[in-house]
Amino acid sequence: MREITYLEAIKEALDEEMTRDPSVFILGEDVGVYGGAFRVTEGFFEKYGDWRVLDTPLSESGFTGAAIGAALVGMRPVVEMQFADFISCAFDQLVNVAAKNHYRWGAATPIVVRAPYGGNIHGGAFHSQCIEGFFFNVPGLKIVAPSTAYDAKGLLKAAIRDNDPVIYCEHKYLYRRIKDSIPEEDYVVPIGKARIALEGKDVSIITYGAMVHTALEAAQTLKEKGISCEIIDLRTILPLDKKSIFDTVKKTNKVVVLHEQTKTGGVGAEVSSLISEYCFDYLDGPVIRIAAPDTPVPYSAQMEEAFIPQTKDIVSAVEKLMSY
Amino acid sequence: MDIKREDLLRLYYYLKLTRRLEDRVTSLYHQGKILGGAWTSNGTEAVSVGYGYALEKNDIAAPYFRDMGVFLIRGITAKRIMAQYFGKKTGVTGGKEGNVHIGDLNFGVLGFPSHLADNYPVGTGAALAFKIRGEKRIAVACTGDGGTSRGDFHEAMNFAATRKLPIVFICNNNQYAYSTPLQLQMAIKDIAERALAYSMPSKVVDGNNVVAVYTAAKEAYEIARNGGGPTFIECKTMRMHGHSEHDSAKYVPRELLEEWKKKDPILNMEKYLLENKFTKKEELDDVDVRVKKEIEDAESFAEQSPYPDSEDGKKGLYATPVEGEERV
Ligand SMILES: Cc1ncc(C[n+]2csc(CCOP(=O)(O)OP(=O)(O)O)c2C)c(N)n1
Ligand SMILES: [Mg+2]
Repeated sequence: MREITYLEAIKEALDEEMTRDPSVFILGEDVGVYGGAFRVTEGFFEKYGDWRVLDTPLSESGFTGAAIGAALVGMRPVVEMQFADFISCAFDQLVNVAAKNHYRWGAATPIVVRAPYGGNIHGGAFHSQCIEGFFFNVPGLKIVAPSTAYDAKGLLKAAIRDNDPVIYCEHKYLYRRIKDSIPEEDYVVPIGKARIALEGKDVSIITYGAMVHTALEAAQTLKEKGISCEIIDLRTILPLDKKSIFDTVKKTNKVVVLHEQTKTGGVGAEVSSLISEYCFDYLDGPVIRIAAPDTPVPYSAQMEEAFIPQTKDIVSAVEKLMSY
Repeated sequence: MDIKREDLLRLYYYLKLTRRLEDRVTSLYHQGKILGGAWTSNGTEAVSVGYGYALEKNDIAAPYFRDMGVFLIRGITAKRIMAQYFGKKTGVTGGKEGNVHIGDLNFGVLGFPSHLADNYPVGTGAALAFKIRGEKRIAVACTGDGGTSRGDFHEAMNFAATRKLPIVFICNNNQYAYSTPLQLQMAIKDIAERALAYSMPSKVVDGNNVVAVYTAAKEAYEIARNGGGPTFIECKTMRMHGHSEHDSAKYVPRELLEEWKKKDPILNMEKYLLENKFTKKEELDDVDVRVKKEIEDAESFAEQSPYPDSEDGKKGLYATPVEGEERV
């Protein structure tokens, strides 16, 4: 076991998969000589050469389309979006080509799109977005969003080995802020399986990504107030692990759904609907959503802090829910 | 370039097969027998037949929707295509998709996504894979004149040229994008001028001359195959039907159609074959008999084939299914 950061976990997964499988290669902007805007692929160019770590023109649709074409003829490309926000330029290729290939004409498209997403880094409206919602309504895609270094590594390996297009949401705020003990040996974290980040009995907080850590902080405060929280880390956003969601609802009967993404039509809306549709009899109160307000991500620190859900928001939502 | 007599006759056969298949689809469309719309390559068949026939077995085609010749030449049979139009289980996509939205990796054909020029980057990616793996294979991608105004067209051309990828880009310039004529689509005279921006060699060919298209494609493929990078080939031709068979195309001047009618690619090829004594009239008639029979067989195959199960529509979303996905 070794302690490594979330960013190092991503890097290790890429490195090990590239060594294991010659069909894995990386393409994107500034991923080669420079090692990527966040230095995730630092040293890869020297190790794997310029045809496996390709610096592309500034051209998200072009290189995402190219990744799809390479995947169709046997490669396993990993696309790096410099910031997740720029994935909008590749929307068409992901939604109309990658997502539909297998359904329409039976061809597998094993690509991974790494999307450094999320706020709390004073990046403003174009460098802080949560993009999972844009793709959540697209059958055929898979979306994962690890919250720990352990899952970051295991889910990336699973995504690379998966035969479908996977959008891998890596939270920028977590890159160098969290660490985990990682086993020496190879492991994967299966796509489609949530995990219990904290066991509890009074109320469930269903969340993912950086918000898992905010939820853990809130749970600590709430514990001091005598409230026991269970935290579900979804890990995979699409398709959702419905069983894990329903199991926790049946256990605690009170649910908060938490995410950094904006509220309307977000992942939380779907989780909340699923619960009311399939677990109505188990509920002791309304399903409460805590999410960012429906605005672009503001830049200035005070405004950004008010935008991103905070510990206190969770504490007061849970206290309100406990009154039912 | 010398072309063998046998290849010339094959080119003629595929021109005929494409024309007759699509003509039959048109009739069936008007009889209400096929599902959805019918888009044909009528008058422009020499483009897809020419560039499709010039491919080697292991090459990859990333076609667009007026490329029936490519589908047939690669080995997707008239039977499967006709069944596709009927929405049958035996169609190329088993009823999941309609008409020309097809692809089959067993025959090196990447699926056609409706969004025009999307297959330019996708084809470029296949070429990138060949380059990474050091294989002597090439890719070819095709789109219409309209598709050349999209970003994906330019992003693919730029990327392929920058990395000297083994791909050839074809444009079926049939003068119109639906109802929009060239002069409202672009300010340039030849679409091939677009290649200049990427320092990519280009060629303008007579898109109604199958031998010219075949020859230009073959030469470009060999350059790409030998590390010389991409070429852009503009095939000038004319869409002789409406955008799709529901469209009477009143916006196209009749004189223009009259003029192009004289340059019909099939008549062109017949003249070429007969004048150069590659064949006799009887042999060409035999080809036509064979083609007619093939289309008739395809139609009865399609008619007799079963429809897919309504439940089949829920299957096949993922290549790696997620455990428990269907739980609710
Ligand atoms: C991106 C995109 N926008 C719109 C359409 C709808 N559409 C289908 S064909 C067509 C015209 C295409 O013109 P062109 O590229 O010249 O091809 P042609 O039909 O003439 O062969 C349009 C607008 C489409 N398929 N894709
Ligand atoms: Mg056109």
